[in-house]
Amino acid sequence: MSKSLSQLVSSKAVAEVELWISKYPAEQKQSAVMAALRIVQDENGGYLNRELMDGVAGFLDMPFIAVYEVASFYSMYEHNPVGKYKICVCNSISCMINGSEKIIDYLEKKFGIGVGEVTKDGRFSIKEVECLGACVGAPMMMIGKEYYEDLTPEKIDIIIDGLK
Amino acid sequence: MSDASTVTIEIDGKTLEVKAGVMLIDIADDANIDIPRFCYHRHLTIAANCRMCLVDVENAPKPLPACATPVMDGMKVHTKSARAIAAQKATMEFLLINHPLDCPICDQGGECELQDVAMAYGGDVSRYTEGKRVVKDKDIGPLISTDLTRCIHCTRCIRFGEEIAGLRELGATGRGENMQIGTYIEHAVSSELSGNVIDLCPVGALTAKPSRYSARAWELNQYPSIAAHDCIGSHLSVHTFRSDTNRIVPIENSEINECWLSDRDRFSYKGLTSRDRLLKPMIKMDGQWRETDWQTALEKTFAAMQDTIRNYGADQIGVLASPNSTLEELYLLKKLTSNIDCFNFDHRLRQLDFSHQDQAPMIPTLGSSITDLESLDSVLLIGSNISKEQPMLGIRLRKAQKKGAKICQINHRVYDLRMPCEVGIAAHYRNLVLELAAVAKALNIDSSLLPHAANTLFVQAQILEKHSQIAEILKNGEKSHVILGNQAISSPYYSLVEIFARAIATSCNCLFGYLTDGANATGAWLTGAIPHRDYNGASQKTAGLNAQSMLEQPRNLYLLHNIEIDYDCADPVTALSAVASSDFVVCMTPYVSSDMQNYADILLPISPYLETSGTFINIEGRVQTFAGASKLKNSEARPAWKIIRVLGNYFDIDGFEFNSSKEILEEIERTIGEFKGDNTATITEATALADKEDVIYRCSEVNMYHSDSIVRRSEPLQNTPEAKEDRIHINADLAKKLNLERATQVLVKHGNKTIAMHLAIDDTVANDCAWTSFATATSKKLGPMYGVIELEAD
Repeated sequence: MSKSLSQLVSSKAVAEVELWISKYPAEQKQSAVMAALRIVQDENGGYLNRELMDGVAGFLDMPFIAVYEVASFYSMYEHNPVGKYKICVCNSISCMINGSEKIIDYLEKKFGIGVGEVTKDGRFSIKEVECLGACVGAPMMMIGKEYYEDLTPEKIDIIIDGLK
Repeated sequence: MSDASTVTIEIDGKTLEVKAGVMLIDIADDANIDIPRFCYHRHLTIAANCRMCLVDVENAPKPLPACATPVMDGMKVHTKSARAIAAQKATMEFLLINHPLDCPICDQGGECELQDVAMAYGGDVSRYTEGKRVVKDKDIGPLISTDLTRCIHCTRCIRFGEEIAGLRELGATGRGENMQIGTYIEHAVSSELSGNVIDLCPVGALTAKPSRYSARAWELNQYPSIAAHDCIGSHLSVHTFRSDTNRIVPIENSEINECWLSDRDRFSYKGLTSRDRLLKPMIKMDGQWRETDWQTALEKTFAAMQDTIRNYGADQIGVLASPNSTLEELYLLKKLTSNIDCFNFDHRLRQLDFSHQDQAPMIPTLGSSITDLESLDSVLLIGSNISKEQPMLGIRLRKAQKKGAKICQINHRVYDLRMPCEVGIAAHYRNLVLELAAVAKALNIDSSLLPHAANTLFVQAQILEKHSQIAEILKNGEKSHVILGNQAISSPYYSLVEIFARAIATSCNCLFGYLTDGANATGAWLTGAIPHRDYNGASQKTAGLNAQSMLEQPRNLYLLHNIEIDYDCADPVTALSAVASSDFVVCMTPYVSSDMQNYADILLPISPYLETSGTFINIEGRVQTFAGASKLKNSEARPAWKIIRVLGNYFDIDGFEFNSSKEILEEIERTIGEFKGDNTATITEATALADKEDVIYRCSEVNMYHSDSIVRRSEPLQNTPEAKEDRIHINADLAKKLNLERATQVLVKHGNKTIAMHLAIDDTVANDCAWTSFATATSKKLGPMYGVIELEAD
């Protein structure tokens, strides 16, 4: 039997999920699935595992597979450990034309890791993402909730140095 | 539907008057206009994701999917116009981009919807030169094999799980190019209906594992037949390759199984080729088994029966027949036994309480048609795990539930019925009676009509919230149904359960019905395969012993028809010791087991289901005849009716001159004539309820994949997690009381038997109740299905 959500995450996180459930009609609890997954992912250091997804399913009265479908569909849900700073580099058309491949190469060399990998100290991971809607500042990347635009290797060094 | 519901549309120049709001594809299907499709299935919701059914609708800016376009007045549709064909061909090209060209090794080849549609709409040369996607196959259990590279993402299998089976196990994970059908976390699917996705899959992504790579669709012969493992009688088609059964698929029948089939009915055929099959008549001489010819075997059988009659009287013969026996077999057995004045003949092998048998209705029936279950407003299931015991009825109730019906259950465990349950009460077999008494009390029934044994319980009954809820639900439903399931019928307090169930049904004006064990219990009652009545419910000069008494008071000679006494009887331990202590045991059986070799003296090989012809009467009272389909090589097995006929001839009984099972059926029709599936009865006889004690009550459910000898030998079914369920389940409270919270194995003492079993802590189980799965290798070592047991840590 899978563990209940309250055994897996803090009571604060459970309360937050409940807040999201309360925003939807009582019989449509599953509407809160995306928010719930985000909350438990944040609490778990940025990635999900089977136990957490099962916990969310149990909490929202959903079949397990329905939660796996959501969690595997959206790119913001991670299924493997990520760095404290998840560097999401846009590699869609506008950024690509403006040299996002070079940005990715630079990041890979700088940290000695490939896309989808985490640095040994656990601080950084690189992820290629689709268009984040900031084409005007291409090439761009997102770290946490911040957008960084018009990237150059020099600018990246400054940004990274500025992270705690 | 309102009046203004007809509209006039035109499809391909054909003017049609049709109901408004219906989808275009349904109209076209009814009018025999062909529209290609993959994701559309008339029993599933509309997904409109394959885009294959795009048609050209005048004034629409783009081609529209026929499956998701409701008809409107004046609509003009072209399914073969240049625009429609171009859209369909383009869709086809996209679908084929990633589809492998492995038709020559694909089991679906020759009956593949993708192949068929590609013949009509596909290009002959692929313009796609990039790499194709490859998807890793998943292991989803012993029944379904997966080749997911072939999947075209129609999602029929997913919708089936959610909408029909009520259990969502398959899903589409990932997205875009990476979307995959599967369980995500690899596990065997557990639905009792899972095999239907094989039929639904329009390509070869999901195919039948047991028949994988064994024959091509065009090499098979097909024979219609009737399913033999539950009281529904689903229609099926037996596909044979040479003379072997290669696979079984459903035949559509809207009144019974629609287009579905349970996994048990679909895959049981694998048991027919088990190594346990008895190929020749065998006889035990000086403790050694020898093969013999039919004549010797039958003469010996006759001589043994005659000896018993001469020396001890016909009353010393006991005849037990499987409820899966055909009408013809049971009719002849009744004719044979009553002519030699033996009335110890019964088919109710899994019954323990017979106290009210004289008042039982002539035949047990559902009390309504199967289709009518869909329109119920409320249902009370008593002692029934309907979704597993009669999966086809589970589908109907699920439909009713979706339309708003309220489902209540009073069971030993609150079963997962694959649908939301309004009220679920768990009670062990003694308390189950009290729970029913409380519901009856909440309904304020006239207790003066209750017999004494029930009345005292009624007076003591305490009405709780849950009882009033059930009472309200049944009362408020315009069309309600009280159903006694297999577990109610095998309860040691069956009589009391039935008295209260009937009282509840009468007071709410509900339908009342039974769900019986095996495929032909209704037919067995009708033909008099019971010790106390003759054909058609007529009285007979004396009553014989019922199935349980016949074993509790061992007979000198037993004639066992199509049963394994240690699995098919409610009390395997008593049954085994009864046959062991008797002088002579004749087994008419398709299989031989080592236990059978110990207790039997003569083994007569009979043709099992699918190899013989006959008739079953289903729980609605529907008479369904079938012919044999396959034959086992090198087997001398004969249809059982022929064996009984020869015995009748040896006894020189008139009217045993049959040349076919059809002739027997004709005689049955003449003798019995029309019969009514009327469940009306007044029950006053009852077994008194034992006093309350602080003990553990064992309750059992026949494991759906151990229900009869064929199913028990079907390897794919035996490899499912369900078949392997062999633990003793208790709830956390009881575990705490017994200090078993951390135990994984326990010693179970039932009567004078003690065995070790794995423990499962399961809060669906009633208080002070230990639930076990029955008719398994473990359960046969314990006492009866129900009884007081002791538990301690191992």
